[in-house]
Amino acid sequence: MSGAADGAVTLMTAMDENPAGLLPEVFLAASAVLGLLAGAWLPRHRQWLVGAGATAACGAGIVAAAVAGDGPRTVFGGAFAVDPVTCTARVVVLSGTLLVLLLSFVPFRSHPRESELYVLIQLTALGALMLAGAQDLLLLAAAYLLTSVPSYTLAGFRKDERGTEAALKFYVTGALLGVVMLAGITLLYAAGGASSYPRLAAALPDAPSALVAAGVVALSAGVLFKAGGVPAHFWVPDAVQGSAPPVAALLTTVPKVGALAALWRLTAVPLAGADGPWHTLMAVVAAASMTLGNLAAFFQTDVLRLLAYSTVSQVGYLLLPLAASGRGGQAQSALLYYLAAYALTNLGAFAVVCALPRARLLAEYRGLWRARPWLVLWLVVCLLGLVGTPPTAVFLGKLEVFTTAVDGGAGWLAVLAAVNTVASLFYYLRWVRAACSGTEPCAAARAVVGPAAVVACAAAGASVVLGVAASLVLPLSGGPLAR
Amino acid sequence: MLTALVFLPAVAAGILLCLPRTTPPLLVRAVWVAVSSVEVALVLAVWAGHGSGGGMTHETRAVWIPSAGIGYHVGVDGLSLPLLALTAVLFWACAVHALRMTRRVRLLAALFLFLETTCLGLFAALDLILFFVFFDLSLVAMYFVIAGWGHRPGAPRAAVKFFLYTFTGSLALLLGFIGLYLAAEPHTFDMVALARGEVTAGRPLYGALVLLAVGAGLAIKTPTVPFHTWLPPAHTEAPAVGSAILAGVLLKMGTYGFLRIAMPLLPDRWREFALVFVVVGVVSVLYGALVALAQRDFKRMIAYTSVNHMGYVLLALGAAAGSAGTADGAARLAVSGAVFQMVSHGLLTGALFLLAGVLYERGRTYDMTAYSGLAARAPVFAALTGVAVFGSLGLPGLSGFVAEFQVLAGSLGPRPLATVLAVLGLLLTAALLLGALRRVFLGPLRLPVAPGTGRPFPDVRRHEIAAVVPLLVLAVALGLFPRVVLDAIEPFSRTLLGLVGR
Repeated sequence: MSGAADGAVTLMTAMDENPAGLLPEVFLAASAVLGLLAGAWLPRHRQWLVGAGATAACGAGIVAAAVAGDGPRTVFGGAFAVDPVTCTARVVVLSGTLLVLLLSFVPFRSHPRESELYVLIQLTALGALMLAGAQDLLLLAAAYLLTSVPSYTLAGFRKDERGTEAALKFYVTGALLGVVMLAGITLLYAAGGASSYPRLAAALPDAPSALVAAGVVALSAGVLFKAGGVPAHFWVPDAVQGSAPPVAALLTTVPKVGALAALWRLTAVPLAGADGPWHTLMAVVAAASMTLGNLAAFFQTDVLRLLAYSTVSQVGYLLLPLAASGRGGQAQSALLYYLAAYALTNLGAFAVVCALPRARLLAEYRGLWRARPWLVLWLVVCLLGLVGTPPTAVFLGKLEVFTTAVDGGAGWLAVLAAVNTVASLFYYLRWVRAACSGTEPCAAARAVVGPAAVVACAAAGASVVLGVAASLVLPLSGGPLAR
Repeated sequence: MLTALVFLPAVAAGILLCLPRTTPPLLVRAVWVAVSSVEVALVLAVWAGHGSGGGMTHETRAVWIPSAGIGYHVGVDGLSLPLLALTAVLFWACAVHALRMTRRVRLLAALFLFLETTCLGLFAALDLILFFVFFDLSLVAMYFVIAGWGHRPGAPRAAVKFFLYTFTGSLALLLGFIGLYLAAEPHTFDMVALARGEVTAGRPLYGALVLLAVGAGLAIKTPTVPFHTWLPPAHTEAPAVGSAILAGVLLKMGTYGFLRIAMPLLPDRWREFALVFVVVGVVSVLYGALVALAQRDFKRMIAYTSVNHMGYVLLALGAAAGSAGTADGAARLAVSGAVFQMVSHGLLTGALFLLAGVLYERGRTYDMTAYSGLAARAPVFAALTGVAVFGSLGLPGLSGFVAEFQVLAGSLGPRPLATVLAVLGLLLTAALLLGALRRVFLGPLRLPVAPGTGRPFPDVRRHEIAAVVPLLVLAVALGLFPRVVLDAIEPFSRTLLGLVGR
C-alpha cells in the first residue's frame, strides 16, 4: 500500500514539469535573454529599455512568487522545491535586485555596456533563486555556477585596475571553492547513492559518517563562498571595494540570500537525520564570521570596505539558526526574517554610498549633515538598523536568532553574538560621527544621485516598517519544507 | 490616554523635523515648552485617574507580534507614576532652560521630545521587548544630544563611550529577557504574565545566569561600581540640559528595571543573591563619595555623587529581599525609600546640573578652583545652588532626607553592617558638597580668566530661574509633605514584597 502511494507520488512529481511552477525564474531568464538580444540592436541612448525590462521582470516575479504561494511541493522531478524558503527567497532576492537596478540606472546611463550590466545582474539573481530552491545537489552546483560566473564579470565591470584585481581574486577563489564543492557533492553521492535531497535524507544516516562529514565540509565551502562567510570571505572586501557601488550592493546581498537559503535547506532536509558535526561546524563558522568580520571592519577608512566587512559579520548572525536548529519552524522563520531585514537594511546603506559617488572615505562624509540632513537620517537609520537598534527589522531578526540560539542550546554563541553586536556599534558609529560632525558642508554632497537617495529613503523606511509590522510577515515563513 | 501621553512628544518631534529650516527659533521653542507643559498636565491627569488603590491602572494591551510573544502592553502603578511625573517635570524644566538657546534649537527640541517619549514609554512599558525598545532608543537619542551639543572637543568621544557602555548593558539585558522568555510556558515577554510565578523555578543555575545578565545590564545603566566609568565623561561633556536628563531620568531606568523586572520576575534568585546587590550598593555609596571628594570639576563631582545616591537604592533593594517575608515594615520602608530616592535624586540632581550649566555659560569652565566668592556677585544663583546641595546631602525638610532616612531605617534591621557603612557615605557626601559650596560661593571674589570670559558674572536669568525653581520647590514640598507621593508608592511596595517574599 505504502509502496504504491510512494510510486504514485514519484510519478506525480516526475510528471510535474509545468514551467508555471518556476514563473519568477522564467521571467528573469526570459528578460535576461531578451535583454541580451535587444542590447545588441538598441542604440546606446535607448539601452535603458533593457533595464526597464529587467525591472518589470523583477516586479512580475515578485507578484508571481506571492501568487504561487508556498504550499510545499517540488517541481521538475523533485529537483526544485517550492516552499516557504523558496517563496521568501524569491521575494527578497527579486526585491533586492529591483533596488539594485534602480541604483544602477543613473551611474550606468549610456554606458557602452549598459545592457550587459542589466543582463548580468539578472543572471546573478537568477542563480541566487536557483540556489534557494535547489532540491538536488547537481542543481545546487549548477546554480552555484550560474550565480558566480556573472558576478565575476560584474566585479570587473569597470575594467579599471581595482576592478580587474577584484574580479581575478573573486574568480580564483570561486573556481577553487567550486571545485571543492563538486568534490563534496561527489563524496555525498558516494555516501548516499543519490543526489536528490529527500533520498539523501533517507540514505545518509546509514552511510559512513566520515565520508558524510568530509562531503558536507567540502560542500559547505562552496555555499559559504556565495554567502561570504569566513573562511571563504577573502573575496568580499576586494570585490566590494573594486566594483561600482550598485554592483557591490548586489554582490553582498542577493547571492547571500540564495546561499543561506540553500544552507538552511541542506540543514533541514538531507542533513536533518545525519549525525555529524554539522551544527558544530555551522557554529564555528558563525562565530568566526561575526568576530573576524567585526575585527576587520574596525579601522577601515573606506566606506565600501567597512560595509564589506560588516556583511561578513552579518553572515555570522545569520548562521545562528543553522548552528542551533533544534526547532525547525521557529529557526526557519527567524533566519528568513533576518535575511529579509538584512537585505533591506544593507541595500539602504549601500544606497547612501551610491547617492554620494564622490565620497569614498569616511572623512569625506564630514559635514554631510550640513548639506544633506535627510540623507544622514537614512544613513543613521540603516547603520543603527544593521547594529540592531529597535524598532528596525534587524533588531527583531537578531532577537529571533538569539532566541533560537539560546533555545537550541548554543547560549555561548548568543553571548558571542551580543558581544560582537556591541563591537560592531563602534565602527558604524565612526561613520555616523563623521557624517554628523564638521562645520563646513561636505564637498561630496554637491553631486547627489537623486534616485539612489530615494532608494535609501525607501529602504530605511521599509526597514522600520518591517520591524514594527513584523506580525504580518513573521508567521508567513515558518511553514514546512518540501520533501 | 497613557499611549497618548507616551507618543505625543514623538509626534511633535516629527512635526518639528518636517518644518522648514527657516522656521523662527521662537516658534520652535514655544512648541517645545507647550508640548512639555501638556505632558505635565497629562501625567497629572493620569495620576488623578490612578486613585488611591494599588495595582495597575490605565492598562492598554494590544497585539503586536504575537508569534514572537511580543505585545504592546502599558500601564501605571505606584512605581511608574512618580517616575512618569519626574520625567515630565524634568523635560519641562529643560525646555524652559533652553528658552534662550539659538544654536540648532529645532533639532535639539526634536531630539528632546523624542527622548521624552522613550523615557515615558520605558516607565509605562509592561512588556519586556517594549521596555527594551524604549531603553535602546533612549541611548540613541542621548548619544546624539551629547555628540551634537556637548562641549567640544571631548564630546564625540564621551558620547561614543556612553553609547558603547550602555549598549553593552542593553544587550546583556536582551539576553536576560530571552532567558526569561524561553523559561516561561507559554513563551511570552509580558511582564505581568511573567510575574505570576518564578519562571526559572527548579533551574537555579539558569535563573542565576538570567539574573546575572539582567543585573549586569541594569547595573551598567544605574550605574554602580564597577560599571560606572562611562558616567563622568558623559556628564562632563554633555550640555547642561542633557546632563540633567541623563542623571535625572536615564539613570533611573536602571534602578527602575531592578524594581520592575529583576525583583518581581526572579524573586527566588533575587533573595538568593541579595547580598551581592547589598555589597555592590554599599561599594557604590562609598566609592562614589570618595571619588567625588577628589574632584575639582563641578559636574564630575555631581556625577560621582549620583553613583553614591544610586548606591542607596541598590542597598535598599538588596536589604529588602532579606526581610521581605517578615511582617514588619522594614522591607516596605526600604523599597518605598528607594523609589522616593529615585524621585528626589532626579529633582535635585536635575536642578544641580541645570545650575552647572548656568555656571559654565558664565565662566566657560566647570573647574571649581577657578571660582570663588560667587555669592557676592550672584546671590540668587548661590541660594538656588545652596538649596539643591542641601537637599542632595539629605538635610531634613528636603526630599533627600525623607528618601535616605527611609532607605537607612529600612536596611538597618536586615543589613546592619552595610547600613552603618552607608551612613559613612552620607557623611562624606555632606563634607564634599559643603566644601564645594564654600569654595565656589564664599571667600574673596575670583572669576576664571579665559578668552571671552572677561565679562562680569551676571546672576541667574529669568528663564533659568523658571526652570530650576519649580524643581527645588518640588523637592522642598516632597520633603515637607512626602505622603502625597508615598501614598502612591506604598501599595506598590506591598505588592512587590508580596511577590518577592512568596
